This record gives sequence, structure tokens and C-alpha cells, in this order.
Amino acid sequence: MRDPGDGVVYTETIVWAAPPAYAADAPYQLAIIDLDAGGRLTARVIESKVHIGDRVRFFEYRNGVAYFRKS
Amino acid sequence: MIGIGKTAFGAFPDRDIRSLAVEAIGNALADANVPPELIEAFYLGNFAGPSFVGQNHLAPYIGIAAGLRPGIPCTRIENACASSGSAFFHAWQSVAAGIYDAALVGGVEKMTSQPTPKVTEILAGAGDMSGEGAAGATFPALFAMIARRHMYQYGTTREHLAAVAVKNHANGAKNPLAHMRKVVTFEQVLAGKSIAEPLTLYDCSLVSDGAAALVLVPLDRAPEFTGRFVQVLGIAQTSDSVPLDQKEDITTFRAVRTAGEKAYAMAGLGPRDIEVAELHDCFTIAEIVASEDLDFVAKGDGGPFAAAGCTAIHGKIPINASGGLKSKGHPVGATGAGQICDVVMQLRGDAGERQVTRHRTGLAQNLGGSGATCVVTILGVR
Repeated sequence: MRDPGDGVVYTETIVWAAPPAYAADAPYQLAIIDLDAGGRLTARVIESKVHIGDRVRFFEYRNGVAYFRKS
Repeated sequence: MIGIGKTAFGAFPDRDIRSLAVEAIGNALADANVPPELIEAFYLGNFAGPSFVGQNHLAPYIGIAAGLRPGIPCTRIENACASSGSAFFHAWQSVAAGIYDAALVGGVEKMTSQPTPKVTEILAGAGDMSGEGAAGATFPALFAMIARRHMYQYGTTREHLAAVAVKNHANGAKNPLAHMRKVVTFEQVLAGKSIAEPLTLYDCSLVSDGAAALVLVPLDRAPEFTGRFVQVLGIAQTSDSVPLDQKEDITTFRAVRTAGEKAYAMAGLGPRDIEVAELHDCFTIAEIVASEDLDFVAKGDGGPFAAAGCTAIHGKIPINASGGLKSKGHPVGATGAGQICDVVMQLRGDAGERQVTRHRTGLAQNLGGSGATCVVTILGVR
């Protein structure tokens, strides 16, 4: 899969009540990222929590989902 | 509209989906004083009967059981939480076009037979399962992200969201058909269990069972059935992209704005003319955003507007006097039809303790997904 590159957090939430498939991950941070390359992507954010406006860096894909971390 | 019928909304472990819908239809036909054989078409809103209870082919399954004449078209319409608003729109179109002299609209959902995590998973299917859904976005998560952005852009606060929950619970406590007839306090809402930050349990609508139905006939024939008919003054159904991340500005729903503009234009009315409204408060933030998108208040001011009491039963524009999805309950497929029933009750002056003071013109707004479908209906009495 293509590397989406870096971006900025457009919005975010921390999910506590997860569907069964993701129950083991909860609580997890979900964000919509404004990509530097253009467009938006809904992704997971790992390690430290981020807020709107924070810069984030693409980390890896897991099962087709993009994971980012604070840059 | 010559007849309305609803079941109570709630958790009914002993009732199946068909019996709920048949009860609401029976109530609507009795209210309209119309025998079932007179109905020429049936449009049923249902979101996920196949997933919730394993039943497909719901429109004839319910329609024939309700005594409708075999041979008429019975059709299920699925547009997520806007399923029965959409069913109403299509029934209205067919009657307004002169195709049918009497059409029946139904809406039903039976949700409580599944555990909450499974319900969350089924509801997530109203979003983009290949994108946001795969990343773990539940519906509370999508609306939490809308709330965060609305807070960031307009200064909306956690307390503003709580004001909507407190108001809708206070209203729902007065509604005998509501799922949760319980007053809640600011403190309870703020201390509620976190679902998707910043939303707590009290910001989320309820998982409910229930059904609603309405009977539509051409305007010139309505007086043959009742002197208490309600007229559709304006109506529009609109759509937009399903994934939230494809919407340019998530603090506004383009589908709602467009549906509002079209319905106001058709009715020849504006937001100041609306005296009572049922808005789609699947989450507290959704009511705030809808109040702005329908121009009851300027963009960004919906939070303070609600917190100031302007949307209370005797406020400037009463919003969700029924208790809304928040307290009345949200049996997804029944919600749009139920909202229209609630507006009709207000316009007829039949809303009891919840009755608003002025009630000639009302509006119902039904939303699907995170703003991918919207139906706005403006109703009036002469």
C-alpha cells in the first residue's frame, strides 16, 4: 500500500466503546488526518495522544488501516 | 396526512419486529378512519432487520400481516437512520404525483435483541466499512470527531452538549411513549461513562425497539376522512458522500442545509416561520449542528442557543419536545416516521404536557449516517 506521508490532525476522538472486532484495542485514538499530499484519511494514532492541529507522521499499515504517530 | 400511529419506543423482549409494525399501522389506519383495503401502496423504512433479527423481505411480510390488500406494491426502503424519512418522501411523491389515492408509510426497528457491542457494529455499517469503519470508527466516534471540530472552530463547550441532553430528557419524561422517561442533571451527563471523547453515555441516543406509521392521501381528498388533517407544505430528500473524511467541513451537513433550503422554498416559508421542530439528535452535537444548518440560529451559535433555553418547549423555537432520539428512543428505521408523527401531534394540539404554545407550522429533520442522507419535511395546518 502507498505511504500516505505526513499530515495534520483535522479532528480526533478516543474511542472507549468499541465494536467486538476492536474491543481489545480500546481505548484507542482515531483521527481524520489532513494529508500534506492532499486529501483526508481516517486513521489510528498510536503512542502519545494528539490534538487538532498537531503534526503527525505515517507509521505503518495494519490490516489495511493506516497508523500515525505524533511527529 | 390523515392518520398517525406509533408504538411505545423501548426494549420489548417479548415483541417481534412484525407485531411492532402491525400495531403502529393499525393505530395509523384507525386514526385515519381508513380500512386497510383502501391503501394502494406501502413504503416501509427499516435499516437493518436482516442484521438485527435475521428477517428479510420485510415490506410484504409486515404489510400483508397488517391487512393490506395482496397485489399492492409493498417496498422496503433502507437509508440508514433516515430510512423511514425516505419512505415518507417516496410515499409523498407517489401521492402528490397522482399515482395513488392512499399510501401508507411505516418505519420499524427491533434492536434490543442484540448485545450493545453487536448493535454498535451493525450501526457502523451505515458508514464506510472499507475506510472509517475498518479503522475502528463507531457512530459515536464519528459524531465525537464532529463535536471536537465544532468545539475547535466555534468554541462550543462540553456544557453546551450537556444542555441538549438535559433538555431532551426533561421533555421525554413527559412523553408516555418515550423509552427513557427520566430527568437527568448536568452533573450526571458530565460524569457519564465516556463512549468516544468528548461524548459520554448521555450524549448518545438510545438503542430501542419501536414502530411508527402514517397515512397519506391527496390534499383535496383529505376532508373526506377527517377534519384534522395535516398538510405537507414542503419536503426534500438529499444525499452526500458517506465517509465523514470526504466532507469538506464536518461542522455542517451539506445534505441538511440543502434539504432545508429546498423544503423552505417549496413551502414558501423560512426558519422564522417554524413553530415546532423535531431534529435528528442521534447525538447531542447532531441537534446543535442541525439547528444551525436549518438556520434556526447562526453557524457556530447552536451550543449557546440550546444552553440559553431557546430550544426548550416554551423557548424561541421548541426543538425535540418529544424528548428526541435521546430520550424518546431511536429504533433506527422507525425514527423518521416517528418524528413526523410527533410533529403532527403538536400541530393537532394533542401533545399533552409537551404541547408547545404556537403550533400551526412544524418541521421534522431525519438524518442518515454522518450526513449522507437527509429528509426535511415541513408540515402545516390551515
